[in-house]
Amino acid sequence: MPVSTSPQGTPLWQRRTTRAQWLQYAAWMMGMSLFLLCWKVISDNTMWVFVEDAGRQGSDLISRMLPPRWEYASVLWKPMWDTLNIATLGTALGIMMAFPVAFLAARNTTPHPLVRSVALTIIVSSRSINSLIWAMLLVTILGPGVLAGIIAIALRSIGFVGKLLYEAIEEIHPTPVEAISATGASRLQIMNYGVLPQVMPAFAGISVYRWDINIRESTVLGLVGAGGIGLQLNASINSLAWNQVSVIFVMIFVTVLVSEWVSARVRHAII
Amino acid sequence: MLTLTGVGKRYPTGDRALDDIQLSLPKGQVMALIGPSGAGKSTLIRCVNRLVEPTQGSIRLEGTELTTLSGNRLRHARRSMGMIFQEYALVDRLTVMENVLSGQLGYVGFWRSFLRRYPTEAVAEAFRLLERVGLPHAIDKRADALSGGQRQRVGIARALLQSPKLLLVDEPTASLDPKTSRQIMRLIRELCAERELAAIINIHDVALAQQFADRIVGLRAGQIVFDGQPSELTSDILTTIYGEEEWDTSPEPVEEVESIEEIGHHHGQRPYATPRPLTGLASGGAR
Repeated sequence: MPVSTSPQGTPLWQRRTTRAQWLQYAAWMMGMSLFLLCWKVISDNTMWVFVEDAGRQGSDLISRMLPPRWEYASVLWKPMWDTLNIATLGTALGIMMAFPVAFLAARNTTPHPLVRSVALTIIVSSRSINSLIWAMLLVTILGPGVLAGIIAIALRSIGFVGKLLYEAIEEIHPTPVEAISATGASRLQIMNYGVLPQVMPAFAGISVYRWDINIRESTVLGLVGAGGIGLQLNASINSLAWNQVSVIFVMIFVTVLVSEWVSARVRHAII
Repeated sequence: MLTLTGVGKRYPTGDRALDDIQLSLPKGQVMALIGPSGAGKSTLIRCVNRLVEPTQGSIRLEGTELTTLSGNRLRHARRSMGMIFQEYALVDRLTVMENVLSGQLGYVGFWRSFLRRYPTEAVAEAFRLLERVGLPHAIDKRADALSGGQRQRVGIARALLQSPKLLLVDEPTASLDPKTSRQIMRLIRELCAERELAAIINIHDVALAQQFADRIVGLRAGQIVFDGQPSELTSDILTTIYGEEEWDTSPEPVEEVESIEEIGHHHGQRPYATPRPLTGLASGGAR
């Protein structure tokens, strides 16, 4: 905080020193230049012939999609139901595995720093791989089908739920935990009485939020053969049946909308 | 009953919180521990139940050396030391009854406590205690629905459900209004007399300490600088404990106590809350 004195003797205050101010201008300048440079590189690498008729291609695609072939919906109920099941069972499985991992990963509840680093590794490796990639791996191992989808969703959810939950555990109020320890409670009792009630709202909120995300993710798992509506989407695109693709889009859109509404209501009720 | 010999605590940062503390507490004695913020009061009582690990010295409770205990034996020793906290330290999302019953955690196994299936005698005792602290109507409320004074009563009931021999009380009134503070201190005092409990009470309010304690210990920078009767506490001694201040502006503590009992609307006005002249404030920083 640069403070100086004016010729009249009144103290002056500026937010930054002149030097810091110039450095800031320079940083902005560099950032802008980098952005423009990247813009140029991308522009040079774009085949503009394809972009120029983008409007025509786009409207062509839309005209093929319309009107949607609504009869096709009758084939979709079963895969849609599979998709919901993959999301829900996968989330449940993921939460069950994430719950103990989070307690082992939180600094204030972990039994040993070594255990903590193992738990953190589990969380990071689960998070670093997208569920689509998990599904690809699992389809190779387990064969195509709903099971591979469920496990893919579960494995991806461990990292998400585990990370947010362990952060919630680290942010709890320490005094109730102290008070429960002072009664002579055992470690598990301290978790049960001191920690768990404090993280319960966060835990419920995180779980419902992850379920909501998983519904969206499970709609594409079929692209790699892991069951659900993505299988039909893939088949329709491959056979250029665009009027079926639009039906699938509408269906996914409505499902996601409903799941968002449900998760918002549940979170509101808990918190 | 409780004996501290040469107790010291040095934090990993190098700060010396306690230095060679010698203290002996007979059965049934209520001792107030006063001293400025950071003098080590909280550290001292937390060393007794090992929420903080003392780095040297010995602490014995009825012949048991506490500093070397670990695991189950530490848990068993903690059962006989009830603790009461400044911010009540209740678990907000649990009911009043669950909070009180958590005082039994040292006696029951995990699954019983997880399923909330406490022994009948413990539940009966919890009902009696809630009645005794004046909260029989609040059993099913959630702890965060109560007022400060009520929450502290729940905290007291929880500590007593441990059937302790010793109460460790950390700033019980710091978050309470003057009237509630008195009620809470009186309640702790009465309960100690009823059950012959010894107590160490950390407290900032010197007037309350003088009124409700049998003995006052003054702590400054981790060392005991005063140990005596409440009546022996003079302005000079307060200066030794807290540093230079115009203690004389407070009325004589004993009179203060009596006058407050008589004049209802003056409840609990603290002696040093009387406004001081502005010049005193201005020069305060220069001292």
